[in-house]
Amino acid sequence: MERLSFEVYPGEIFGLVGPDGAGKTTTLRMLAGVMPPDQGTATVAGFDVGRDPEGAKYHLSYMPQRFGLYEDLTVDENIRFYADLFGVSKAQRELRSGQLLRAAGMTEFRGRMAGKLSGGMKQKLGLICALIHRPKVILLDEPTTGVDPVSRRDFWRILYELTAEGVAVLTSTAYLDEAERCHRVALLHQGRLLFCDTPAHLKARLGKGVLAVTSPDPRRVREQLQNAEGISSLVLTGDGVHIVVDDVSRRMAEFQARLKQAQVPFDQIQRVTPAIEDLFVDAVSGGKEGEGA
Amino acid sequence: MNTADRSVLIDSLVKRFGDFTAVDHISLETRRGEIFGFLGPNGAGKSTTIRVLCGLLRPTSGRATVAGFDVAREPESVRQHIGYMSQKFSLYNDLKVIENLRLFAGLYNVPRDLVDERIAWALEMANLKGKEARMTGTLPSGWKQRLALGCAVLHRPPIIFLDEPTSGVDPISRRQFWDLIHQMAAEGVTVFVTTHYMEEAEYCNRLAMIYRGKMVALGTPTELKQKSMKGELLLIECEPLGVAVETLQGGPGVLDAAVFGNALHVLVPNAGVGTAQLQAYLVAHEVQVSKIEPIRPSLEDVFVALTSEREGRKEPV
Repeated sequence: MERLSFEVYPGEIFGLVGPDGAGKTTTLRMLAGVMPPDQGTATVAGFDVGRDPEGAKYHLSYMPQRFGLYEDLTVDENIRFYADLFGVSKAQRELRSGQLLRAAGMTEFRGRMAGKLSGGMKQKLGLICALIHRPKVILLDEPTTGVDPVSRRDFWRILYELTAEGVAVLTSTAYLDEAERCHRVALLHQGRLLFCDTPAHLKARLGKGVLAVTSPDPRRVREQLQNAEGISSLVLTGDGVHIVVDDVSRRMAEFQARLKQAQVPFDQIQRVTPAIEDLFVDAVSGGKEGEGA
Repeated sequence: MNTADRSVLIDSLVKRFGDFTAVDHISLETRRGEIFGFLGPNGAGKSTTIRVLCGLLRPTSGRATVAGFDVAREPESVRQHIGYMSQKFSLYNDLKVIENLRLFAGLYNVPRDLVDERIAWALEMANLKGKEARMTGTLPSGWKQRLALGCAVLHRPPIIFLDEPTSGVDPISRRQFWDLIHQMAAEGVTVFVTTHYMEEAEYCNRLAMIYRGKMVALGTPTELKQKSMKGELLLIECEPLGVAVETLQGGPGVLDAAVFGNALHVLVPNAGVGTAQLQAYLVAHEVQVSKIEPIRPSLEDVFVALTSEREGRKEPV
């Protein structure tokens, strides 16, 4: 991780977004006080994590990729274990766990062994345990990888509810599409910060539009269009082609004419919202897709 | 379609472990040269299905053939006709690129007089010419991945199985990898991809969505997006979000409304009608609207719509 600077505010969901090896886990570990930085400083809830790693511990919660649930304890027993660890009173525990279990859609599973839960449920239980003592800051390392989409949405719903309480949420993900759910994101690549902004500003920053061509023969569409003017990237998808262009309306008309003339079959050309991935590719390849690592 | 064109044929396949049904009456077939995606969360039954197809597990009932061979009766023939690559690469990091290729050529029984030619072909395809002497462990992840693919196809199988091949990989390497896959498919190789990763699924020609052992949908990515949603999606940027989402829960024509970062995703029967109606409705409730626009549902939206229906549970978009 090289010269990284950012701030996360109370009530904000901040995403550390980037592929494997971008430095997400390292950053979270440093913030959790389990790995010292070589240079620079970081404070969490007002405590310097380098000089006073113990200070911030009560105010933060760190959920690593493999969170320590006890598989042979029930959902309730796991929650109680973490509540006791942080000295949460019984009354507070009952109140808080009831609320969190409801938000997670897990109330009816309180008596189930953690080992018998689905992957998505386990992740939600991990989050509940990490939140039981009402930390001010929560650090989540790729919490939704491999989780089914319905549980993934439950998980995000809990995060949104936390922000209403003023909790600062710092989460990492390798899914660029998940960045859209964060209030602000830091886009990381090979230990460096590419951009730090809201998803809407990031997309605006691309300064280019995106066209999606749907076709039964995507390869012929690509052959026909890849050397057309105004294209900065062109990707083959399963049933079409995704193209980043300088001027959406102008290129849409040109491409339509060109495909018709060459008799390449296509269903439609649509303007689509750029994805964070388009910006990432654009930034890393300097506008032209070259030889990637 | 003759049998040779049906590279993978699954008919009412069931696999039970005790009282747990991992694969529950799945039927599908793939065509030669098709990139077929098997999409579902961890634990949905993907790996079990793959193990059955590779002849490693016997089905409880039903039937499957791969490259025309029955997986239960002719598992050896099946294994000779497939390539397999998983996200957790099976490469040896402390061997050179060329040594890994030679090792796999041996494991796959590539005839001795063909080994050099096949290795040259794999290096060319994987864009690794000139990198033969590099230590595998020192390669960037995108190169390793292409090497793993090269190793998996040295025996020129007509069908390859890819298990989450590009999960967590940077988007540029991922695009290069999928270009390679599309090229192989164009040459007639059938590619069967299992993934939980919705972005990866977009690269497939057709998809089967799997949930709790059952197939919940089958179609091209575009078909699934167009047919599986009960309405159209609107993106609404407005202030304050909390008030807006509560107001919208009972709004005109609103099927669902949920927070998505700094915006809302709202499901309505018709985007055109919804845009006008909701704009007026929100303003009347003192919500400042800065943007309303129709957006295309993602495969994840489709998946949630299909699975929450099964659960009998109403889910926000």
